[in-house]
Amino acid sequence: MSSSDALRDPVRFIDERTASAPLIRKVMRYAFPDHWSFLLGEVALYAFIVLIATGIYLALFYNDSTAHTVYHGPYQPLDGQEMSAAYKSVLDLSFTVKAGLLMRQTHHWAADVFLLAIVLHLMRVFFTGAFRKPRELTWIIGLVMLFTALLEGFLGYSLVDDLLSGMGIAIAYGVALSIPLIGGPLALAIWGAPFPGKPAFFSRMYIAHVFLFPILIGTLIAVHLALVAARHHTQFRETPRHTDRRLIGIPTFPGQVPRSLALMFGTFALLFFLGGLIQINPIWLWGPYHTYLGTNGAQPDWYLGWLIGALRLMPSFDVVIGHVTLIPNPFWGGALFPLLVLAVLAAFPWVERRLTGDRRAHNLADRPRDAPTRTAFGVAFLTWVFLIFVFGAADRLFVLFGLNYDLQLYVFRIGIWVVPLFLFFLTRRICRDLQAAERTAHLQEEGEEQAERERSVVASQAPG
Amino acid sequence: MKRRSGSLLAVMAILLGGASAAQAQPQSGIVRPTYEPRYPSRELGAELYAGNCATCHGIAGQGITHPRPGAGGVLGQGPPLRGVGALAADFYLRTGYMPLANPHAEPEDLQQGDRVLLSDKEIRSLVSYVASLAPGPAIPTPDPGAGNISMGQQLFAEHCAGCHQIVGRGGFVTGARVPELQTVPATQIAEAVRIGPYLMPRFSTQQISDAQLNDIVKYVLSVRHPDNRGGWGIGNIGPIPEGLVTWWIAGPLLIGLCLLLGKRFGR
Amino acid sequence: MKPLRWLLALLAWLFGRRRAKAKQGESGERIVPAGAPNRGAENLVLVLLGIATLFAVGFIVTYAEFGPLELPNELLGVCLGGACLFIALALTVVAKRLVVTEEVEEEYPTENEEEQAKVLEIIHESGSRFTRKRLLVGAATAAGGALGLAALTPAVSLGPLWYTRPLDETPWYRGRRLVDVSENPMVAEDIEIGSFYTAFPEGADQDELASSIVVVRLHEGGLQLPAARRTWAPLGIVAYSKICTHAGCAIALYRKPTFPVVEPHAALICPCHYSTFDPARAGAVIYGPAGRPLPQLPLLIDSAGTLRAAGNFSGPVGPSWWGVRDSKALNE
Repeated sequence: MSSSDALRDPVRFIDERTASAPLIRKVMRYAFPDHWSFLLGEVALYAFIVLIATGIYLALFYNDSTAHTVYHGPYQPLDGQEMSAAYKSVLDLSFTVKAGLLMRQTHHWAADVFLLAIVLHLMRVFFTGAFRKPRELTWIIGLVMLFTALLEGFLGYSLVDDLLSGMGIAIAYGVALSIPLIGGPLALAIWGAPFPGKPAFFSRMYIAHVFLFPILIGTLIAVHLALVAARHHTQFRETPRHTDRRLIGIPTFPGQVPRSLALMFGTFALLFFLGGLIQINPIWLWGPYHTYLGTNGAQPDWYLGWLIGALRLMPSFDVVIGHVTLIPNPFWGGALFPLLVLAVLAAFPWVERRLTGDRRAHNLADRPRDAPTRTAFGVAFLTWVFLIFVFGAADRLFVLFGLNYDLQLYVFRIGIWVVPLFLFFLTRRICRDLQAAERTAHLQEEGEEQAERERSVVASQAPG
Repeated sequence: MKRRSGSLLAVMAILLGGASAAQAQPQSGIVRPTYEPRYPSRELGAELYAGNCATCHGIAGQGITHPRPGAGGVLGQGPPLRGVGALAADFYLRTGYMPLANPHAEPEDLQQGDRVLLSDKEIRSLVSYVASLAPGPAIPTPDPGAGNISMGQQLFAEHCAGCHQIVGRGGFVTGARVPELQTVPATQIAEAVRIGPYLMPRFSTQQISDAQLNDIVKYVLSVRHPDNRGGWGIGNIGPIPEGLVTWWIAGPLLIGLCLLLGKRFGR
Repeated sequence: MKPLRWLLALLAWLFGRRRAKAKQGESGERIVPAGAPNRGAENLVLVLLGIATLFAVGFIVTYAEFGPLELPNELLGVCLGGACLFIALALTVVAKRLVVTEEVEEEYPTENEEEQAKVLEIIHESGSRFTRKRLLVGAATAAGGALGLAALTPAVSLGPLWYTRPLDETPWYRGRRLVDVSENPMVAEDIEIGSFYTAFPEGADQDELASSIVVVRLHEGGLQLPAARRTWAPLGIVAYSKICTHAGCAIALYRKPTFPVVEPHAALICPCHYSTFDPARAGAVIYGPAGRPLPQLPLLIDSAGTLRAAGNFSGPVGPSWWGVRDSKALNE
């Protein structure tokens, strides 16, 4: 029995009703440039799929109500305590719903890994110059997705109404309030009333988290992929045949599909292993949130750590005229800092065009060393953000290693400027040295070949 | 060459280790009477007190406010001990917070527990001596078995979690390190709550009754083994270890997966 | 007999050797190049898929076997993860050993200048009947813009958008009794130096930001309150809002010196960013990023000896916003 016969009927069925055989054929032989770092964006996509799937499951059990209820479940330390229905629903999901805890933990790990993959992918795109014309729109869409994902993750773990995430929402309220001019009205609009806000606030978070932002991210992913497909992916100049005009790659079918599927199932496997083996956000240990409670060592999830670092690093000052506050302190670390990072990243393609005068379209990806100034800037900028992020954990560094907090404060306040500056020059030097070394090696090779040719000429001319 | 660098490391270790140990211990070491009786006694306590504590805490526990040079080259300065009772003496001696060479050394500089320099007999003697200075509270006898763990969780969240972290993993207060609570025995928990050692606030029976203290002790004892039904607990302090797992376990695995499936240069 | 024949046909199809019939085009050239068979790789794929199947079944069995409280999360995760892992491994073997390595070439798309010109032409030519294009476009913009604004207007109902008065409201007023979290009144004599207490207005919503206060007692001689607040601290008992003026966390830390000669003085500290406030000096910020002192609540001791508020806070409670006045006394 030949396989082509078994498939002929389904293929005919589909094409007769959708007229898509030409498209399918084209898609099947579409070329994917091959490099391992090009797969990082796909990892993000697969993490997103896990988020959707596990998220649907969680949404079927979650109750977004802040109504007071009393817990009488199996977890003894909370027995008889008053808490919101939302928190109770997550406790019940974790303790009394079979596989509920696995789905919850997988969902949370998937969120952490989703953002990890986006950040790694962003770094790859940046350091290979793949944001340049004609891919600026793709870059902007990616940035919007990154910042939406940050907010989406924050909303997700805040829905649980546990002590840790509740403290985080209070800080978000403080940051919203601190925005000049509009802060008060803005915070009141979002929360519906002064903190903790109207009961509807939790519904607003819920709807944003399970509907509005997933639709936004999903749509942006579709547009992002469509743009990538339309312009084709960038490629490295591995051989002289790889040019700005000619793309050489692996066809979708049968080459890329098993690899992508393997990556997908591999990502799923990692997320389920994490969800099963490593505990994440044990909300029963934190207890329910009340505005008058606080715990030491409260932190946001890792992808918001840069904000807590900035908030803690800022020296104490409000911008004040007389007795009237104009710009409260949290604005700088909580609002201006992330906006600045977004602005720098978003403007970068155009700034680079301006500074280098290069307005050409590029389909070849740079190796990082081939663009020393860009790579150096990227390293410096990332280091700046990273050091601020590290300071966010300075109190735990003190608890664990005894590093004096005040000392860390002073060192970091200076270090976040000095270290990136130093790394900028060092990275640029390294890139240029690598380039020079390659040129020298290349010239050496050419020189040896030349010498070889001259020797053979002389040998053939020697008197016989 | 290797042997020389090895011995250099050994010398450095001795110098550094010796220096830090010297800072922690009373400079002259524990002064003991030449003959110590078999059983704890107030008299032994008085002798140990005179040799090791009077330098900072003054004669008969009256306290020394203005620093004054004392035995063993220690600059003495310390709060009065009259009236602190067996409660405080037992706590500070059994935790090893006392005796202390440097009055300015705070617990953040000390390693809790592994610098108990006195034997059990000596501690009992000192405790009975300090308790005899003036009437004071006795060593508490908490009964965690009678406690309600849910009440304990609520009380701990309200009074203690801000400094000690909600499951007692310790923390930071401006100017001090807050110890973790995973290895503290029940009596010491009760003592600490009543005394408020160093910078910790104190909670008398007016605010936390003995029954409530039992609840708290029961809860604190339970945080040694929190319910980690989700898997590896990774420290029970929340997102910092979770972020480390993301970047240092998930990250390399995912990059490894990409390297396996994709092409590297030169392949 | 029929089911048996179906079963035999299925088995034959699954395990029968497939004769590779080259599906050749008219020109005889293959689209996808041929490659040598690799039975070893095929066998490996079969084994891996088999293991994956076992893991997946293992998940179902584990789920069914245990009750919800004993269900080992690790086992569930390993089963599901294992199933995915072995499918991934099988696909990896397929990708690397059973699929021919090929390279295809394509042209990167270039600018379609002709098509761009055509698009512009179509748009321009379509406007042949319009005489006042700018005016019409202006009118359309105005109408569309107004409709957009109208569509956004109901968003104002989300919250009190145009006035920030609700931010100033507190449940405290002169005479309101202080209670602890269990609604027990606080007796002034019971407030001890060296401890700290959380209190609320009697009968109020304890989660309202302006409700919770922290009460501590200090030596009266050590207080340095402004002249206007001399009467705010009977017996040296002071009360401040428990909500940090930086970003809104609860000030859950209190440090008290056992031996004030060598230790730092009493302070209220917030665990979020470590803003530190001095209760002896009207809640002044002594460390950390907070920009505004902690609002102080005046206290009085009533005839029964319990603590009551003697008025409202000295300033707005919680994080600051544009226009907040530090010294504005709130309405009584």
